[in-house]
Amino acid sequence: MNYRSNLEKVLTEGHFVVTAEIGPPKGTDANKIREKAKLMKDSADAFNITDNQTAVVRLSSLAGSVILLHMDMEPIMQITCRDRNRIGLQSDVLGAAALGVRNMLCLTGDHQKFGNHPAAKGVFDVDSIQLLQIIKNMRDEGIFQSGDRLLSGKPYVFLGAAANPYADPFEFQVDRLRKKIDAGAEFIQTQSVYKIDKFSEWMDDVRAQGLDTKVHILAGITPLKSVKMTERMKFHVPGTDVPNSVYLRMKKASDPAKEGYAIAVETIHQLKKIKGIHGIHITALFWEEIIPLLVKDAGLHV
Amino acid sequence: MIITKQKNFMDILRRIGSKPVFLVGCSECATLCKSGGKEEVLAIKESLIKNKIPVSGWVVLEPACHLMNDKRMLKKYSKELSESTKILVLACGNGIQTLNKLFPEKEIIAGTDTLFLGEISRVNEFFKQCLLCGECILDDFDGFCPVTRCPKSMLNGPCGGSSNGKCEINSEIECVWDCIYQVFKKKGKLDVLTFIQKPKDWSKALENKRRI
Repeated sequence: MNYRSNLEKVLTEGHFVVTAEIGPPKGTDANKIREKAKLMKDSADAFNITDNQTAVVRLSSLAGSVILLHMDMEPIMQITCRDRNRIGLQSDVLGAAALGVRNMLCLTGDHQKFGNHPAAKGVFDVDSIQLLQIIKNMRDEGIFQSGDRLLSGKPYVFLGAAANPYADPFEFQVDRLRKKIDAGAEFIQTQSVYKIDKFSEWMDDVRAQGLDTKVHILAGITPLKSVKMTERMKFHVPGTDVPNSVYLRMKKASDPAKEGYAIAVETIHQLKKIKGIHGIHITALFWEEIIPLLVKDAGLHV
Repeated sequence: MIITKQKNFMDILRRIGSKPVFLVGCSECATLCKSGGKEEVLAIKESLIKNKIPVSGWVVLEPACHLMNDKRMLKKYSKELSESTKILVLACGNGIQTLNKLFPEKEIIAGTDTLFLGEISRVNEFFKQCLLCGECILDDFDGFCPVTRCPKSMLNGPCGGSSNGKCEINSEIECVWDCIYQVFKKKGKLDVLTFIQKPKDWSKALENKRRI
């Protein structure tokens, strides 16, 4: 079979995959990406390059993805709807595909209020679901959003989206996942999991609708490095749900980083047992160097 | 209604300088917003005089955005207007520009900031309801507008930041998608929300002129 990307190949072959996130620098130093990439190179199947995450200006996800390609690593280019209208988005999809990017993760994007330019005008011309549909149509039908035809080459990409089992209204999140699949999502990366029972409950609903057979779901893991980080995730980061039990474990620990790491390993073991989970997506914020060990200790095969 | 708020008085003062000024208010939206009705025009007049700025006259137009009616009403004030090179307008951005059209030789000073199209929920409490997108889709959402009320204008459901019915960007804002979901659930028609809304046709919002 002709796979669009290595990520598609390993998922289709039924392997339990690992993806890891690389945040580009607030500057032009490409070595910042290369250093992180070298650390993780043998620990994951593909690597997300974030698109100005939390609305903070950074080196673009397209440029970051190409830096990875030059290192023979496979990027998942994140692409958000906050900063570009449908013209800019489609143009970057064409450019990225021409440069060899084969995985794209479509997101609506964090609101500009949370970033370092809160006075910016958010674009939000389309949302993540519409973006998925637009790229799918460019790829499969050879048409742009307007109906105009692509004339020379279609973006041959594997499409992903995000899902958050911790957002409200809880029941609607599964319907929204179905919409993303209908729109074109082939893999899903979830919000970081700390509260495993709620995640399991969400997966029960996902399986009840048969969605686990239509899309590859990768569960999110973000190891907690300190009590301060735990508090930030628990009280300030929208859409995350850190339960009190985890918060207490972190507070009581004599070595919070060690405890946070242990929690991550335990969570991965639990996630592996959930039917329908096809992989783990690791976001180690300011702690990328821990990824190789985490992958090894959690028994993740790469 | 067009919701406005009066600019900071010191900023207005800086714009006016020391020359005589004519004051214009509006009988409609700016009156209800308490940013440019008779009461506010007279209060500004008093403050300007206290600051030794001559006020050559004042009027509350009915309403300021009505070009022909403005012409008619302002005829009576030709003497007062001739004594001022500046006109301070306490109306919405529309009213300010209509005055600018009528007096191209004068300096028109905007006395308000125009915020949004919204409802008067209570006295001095206003609620943004419409973005003037040019193609109404309220019928698809049982009267709730996600284009206006969702800060990301999301048309296919809530983002990951909806929490307990509130929006992630400000806990005082209701998540409009939570509202939509609850109403559709009550009416037993949640399946409607699984339909994918296509991108909006923003060209409809770009009409700059229309005649019937």
